[in-house]
Amino acid sequence: MIKKRMVLRFSKKTWNQPIVYRLVKEFDLAFNILKASVFPKEASLMVLEISGEEAEFDRGMAYLESHGVIYEPLEANIKKDEDRCVHCGACASVCPTGALAIQRPEMYVTFDTGKCSGCELCVKACPPRVITATLSSRV
Amino acid sequence: MASFKVRKTYQEINEKIKKGNVVVVNAEEMIDIVEEKGAVKAAQEIDVVTTGTFGAMCSSGALLNVGHTTPKMKISRAKLNGVPAYCGLAAVDIYIGASELPDEDPRNTVYPGEFRYGGAHVIQDLLLGKPVVMEAWAYGTDCYPRKYIKKDLVLHELRNAILLNPRNAYQNYNCAVNSTSRTIYTYMGTLKPHFGNATYSTAGQISPLMNDPYFRTIGVGTRIFLGGTQGYVAFYGTQHTSDVPRMPNGIPTEGAGTLCVIGDLKQMDARWVVAASIQGYGVSMYVGIGVPIPILNEEMARFTAVKDADIVTQIIDYGSDYPQAINRSLGTVTYRDLKNGMIRLNGKEVPVTPMASYPRALEISNILKEEIRKGRFYLGEPQATLTQLTTGERV
Ligand code: SF4
Ligand code: SF4
Repeated sequence: MIKKRMVLRFSKKTWNQPIVYRLVKEFDLAFNILKASVFPKEASLMVLEISGEEAEFDRGMAYLESHGVIYEPLEANIKKDEDRCVHCGACASVCPTGALAIQRPEMYVTFDTGKCSGCELCVKACPPRVITATLSSRV
Repeated sequence: MASFKVRKTYQEINEKIKKGNVVVVNAEEMIDIVEEKGAVKAAQEIDVVTTGTFGAMCSSGALLNVGHTTPKMKISRAKLNGVPAYCGLAAVDIYIGASELPDEDPRNTVYPGEFRYGGAHVIQDLLLGKPVVMEAWAYGTDCYPRKYIKKDLVLHELRNAILLNPRNAYQNYNCAVNSTSRTIYTYMGTLKPHFGNATYSTAGQISPLMNDPYFRTIGVGTRIFLGGTQGYVAFYGTQHTSDVPRMPNGIPTEGAGTLCVIGDLKQMDARWVVAASIQGYGVSMYVGIGVPIPILNEEMARFTAVKDADIVTQIIDYGSDYPQAINRSLGTVTYRDLKNGMIRLNGKEVPVTPMASYPRALEISNILKEEIRKGRFYLGEPQATLTQLTTGERV
């Protein structure tokens, strides 16, 4: 069993096809919707936590690709620039999932991408703006 | 004058720095040393304790002399990358305040505002070596006829660039919460409704003025770490006061002391002067400051051994009390609890996050320690301590 957080990008043509449903039905994958920006007749985006057998997962992704869905791991979409992070903690107060957390007692601010839901609340909460999210900007 | 068992002078300590046998520790290390050995023995052995702080300090800015042009100009209005600078000084002296915003910035009209670029970003760009576009206007005089100029400013080409911060390094600061039913955006960060979280903003036990609570050694001319180079305490900062309630250990239970600091911007490093866009609030600047505390006697050893558990601050409601200037504390908390990440308020657990960087503050205290050990940083004996300045006590 594996569990991965993926960003799926649908084009104008694919937005209304039951693609995610097929992932469940044909590849026996389970999913949690972490984020969905779906606009009728427009390019749309979903962030899913997908779990299932590794081989099925890979087949599922191949299926997505063959249907014109662009996918990538969520980690690639939310990044904290570690060189510029000042470890002030401002982001940790808004992060709803605990992905950004204070490592005590040293007080370093760590980013656990596995916990991130892609909500992007941290982006504007970070005063030096060292967190970049490319989710909404590349729908 | 109290009689001490240990007595050292600034000159003696500086002599040791010169010889290379000075004993320096940071304010974190001093805690255990005094606990183990007692204040007298610690004062005999330790010469200097280094402190540090790194947080948003809005009352900051840079004084720039942008040099004369041909023909000459007496600048009366100027913008740096669109951010207005203060020009009510001599012809080509301008002051760019960290919190200043471009006229076009939407501010909070789209709430909460983003405040992407302001005075602090101009200072940061200068430090990064980027050219900053200056546009300046004047009414023209016989001696200064020019009325307009647009040119690039580059830090190393400026005649002078001086960081001059009227209020930095607050001795103690509030712990902020929000009682209202909506999220609020403050200079203490984002505060969730119904006391959903709390924030605080000092480095606690290693913060400079926590380690010399009565300002016995800090004053005009104290040499400090400022933005990555050697700077100085110029005076007490605005809003400075020492007339506050204190704990038996001398620690003020609220705001209290502040520092006005000064240093050469050209020598500074963008790692220690960082522009901050505080959502819904405005632009501020993170400034790194470190103050070496000379252990002149056992009293200073005791002061510098202060630990988070012995420092308290007030929980203030930024939802209703603070904006309405209602001076009310919802409770007292120690920095130990704040740092552990949870405080109790009205029987409820409230998660706490910092707004100032403890790791960076500690890094500053360690840099200062190394600089002193290597003989590159000498103590500056204050010409007048902050206490002498405010009480009129004879120097
Ligand atoms: S995107 Fe959301 S969940 Fe992910 S780190 Fe930022 S605030 Fe946390
Ligand atoms: S708010 Fe930004 S700079 Fe501060 S700890 Fe978080 S990521 Fe780092």
